Amino acid sequence: MYSYDLVVVGGGASGIAASIKAKELGIKKVALIDEKNYLGGVLPQCIHSGFGLVYFKEDLTGPEFTEKLAQKVMETDLDIYTSTFVSKIAYRDYFEKLVYAVSKHGIKKFKTKTIIYSTGCRERNIYEIGILGNRPSGVFTAGEAQTLMDIYGVMPGREIVIVGSGDIGLIMARRFALQGANVKAVVEIMPYPGGLTRNIVQCLNDFNIPLLLNHSVLRVIGKNRVEEVEVCKLDENRKCIEGSKFRIKCDTLVISAGLVPRVELLEDLGVTIDPITKSAVVNDRLETSLPGVFVAGNSLVVNDLVDYAVEQGEMAAQGASEFIFNKGINAVLWKKVKLNGNIRFFIPQLISGEKAVTMYGRVLTPEENVKLKVSEINKEIPFVRVRPSEMIRLKLSKDELSSARGESLTFSIFKRGAQLGE
Amino acid sequence: MENKRKLVKLTCIVCPIGCEVEVVTEDDNIVSVKGNKCQNGEKYVRGEVIQPRRLVFTVLKCKNGSMPTVAVKTSKPIPKFLISDVMKYLSNIEVSAPLKVGNVIVQNILNSGADIVVTRGVDLLDQSQKHN
Repeated sequence: MYSYDLVVVGGGASGIAASIKAKELGIKKVALIDEKNYLGGVLPQCIHSGFGLVYFKEDLTGPEFTEKLAQKVMETDLDIYTSTFVSKIAYRDYFEKLVYAVSKHGIKKFKTKTIIYSTGCRERNIYEIGILGNRPSGVFTAGEAQTLMDIYGVMPGREIVIVGSGDIGLIMARRFALQGANVKAVVEIMPYPGGLTRNIVQCLNDFNIPLLLNHSVLRVIGKNRVEEVEVCKLDENRKCIEGSKFRIKCDTLVISAGLVPRVELLEDLGVTIDPITKSAVVNDRLETSLPGVFVAGNSLVVNDLVDYAVEQGEMAAQGASEFIFNKGINAVLWKKVKLNGNIRFFIPQLISGEKAVTMYGRVLTPEENVKLKVSEINKEIPFVRVRPSEMIRLKLSKDELSSARGESLTFSIFKRGAQLGE
Repeated sequence: MENKRKLVKLTCIVCPIGCEVEVVTEDDNIVSVKGNKCQNGEKYVRGEVIQPRRLVFTVLKCKNGSMPTVAVKTSKPIPKFLISDVMKYLSNIEVSAPLKVGNVIVQNILNSGADIVVTRGVDLLDQSQKHN
């Protein structure tokens, strides 16, 4: 049995950042556990740039971002357990949790006061998005294809169809094209691309890759290997238009259809789950409904930028240190975050109002010239445009929050000038 | 002689905002740039109209390493027309561990002025790890 003040489960960006911050804040015994034999989570395989503009004020590739974080880790005396898979968490009492892990040296058991859970996301797969047909080899999620190519140096295939035009799908389209594969199409069910315009330009247009909007891959055809996929055009209700079916010859189908936080062990623990974010309900220290158990990074919320995952790791570490040194986190009243109109979610869901907080949210549908309003504190922020694919990050200061009365904080979005009767 | 004015519409790719920029050119000279929100954007679209350039990211095969590949990038954007030649050139290169972030693998690749630089280093394979 190992004894710790803090065990961080998951050594990606947010987990590494959480452990570094925890040591800086004076937490004595910290363990960082990861299932892989290297730290960094998905960053080492994201070999393109675009990481770190907020946190390091530099445009870095994923591996360079990892290297910078890893250098900081090496300056601390935290215990790192790689190739170690956490299989179970048990809650004994307020100051004692148990973490069970499988490693090459057998089963390890960690006793700890606090846990930061930072296990990232998993990718939605072909079964979840309802693609029918055969199940030959040649079907990959975008992340699997990326791991094969950019960690192991193996080409998953030569004739590629990609499902989903989010940034991950677009970046993999470019990666395949660069490596000499023929990317036949990126298929998107929505009428607009899921990813950023800059990625449409530099990933698709640069390589003349067709983007099929309002289209859906219906089924896979192939005996041992993918041979074709059947595609159809969708009407405005996203129903298949009769007579629009056609086939695309390919040997590989890559699924890039969104991410889901990996919170199975937290669910087993009985932590309260938010049905919208599909992760734990948290307070402004990123603590879950179980005292001393925190969540950060993509296992808390699917982030646009790794910088935000890092920020959440640090917030959770702040929370853990407060829990350890103050013997728990208490607030006079937890204000509930309420949503109005075109907002899908805002986290944290519970705000003490006693300290500044960084909020992360997303809208439901694209809109232009709007204001985000937090009613109880009379705060209004204008936006030229909001889109579901672009996270809204917003800081509320302690001063602002101290003016809030009542038991809730209400977030709403309305058209600019609407109050003037437009 | 008649001057040839042309309007080019571009989406800036410098940052995630993605400004829609309009550039007016006359005989290969830029007359005006409109729609960009920052100086970097103007620099990008000016370059894009005269000669588009991109950073290139890929991996190289690596011997005796703790990972079978190293990740690399071009040290600066290279002309778009050179990208496929650079990729072909790199597909024939195999490197050996250990390598560190920032190590230069190829200097001034295909006279582009850019070096091929390591972005993900690799340790020498620890023989004791082999059997795990």
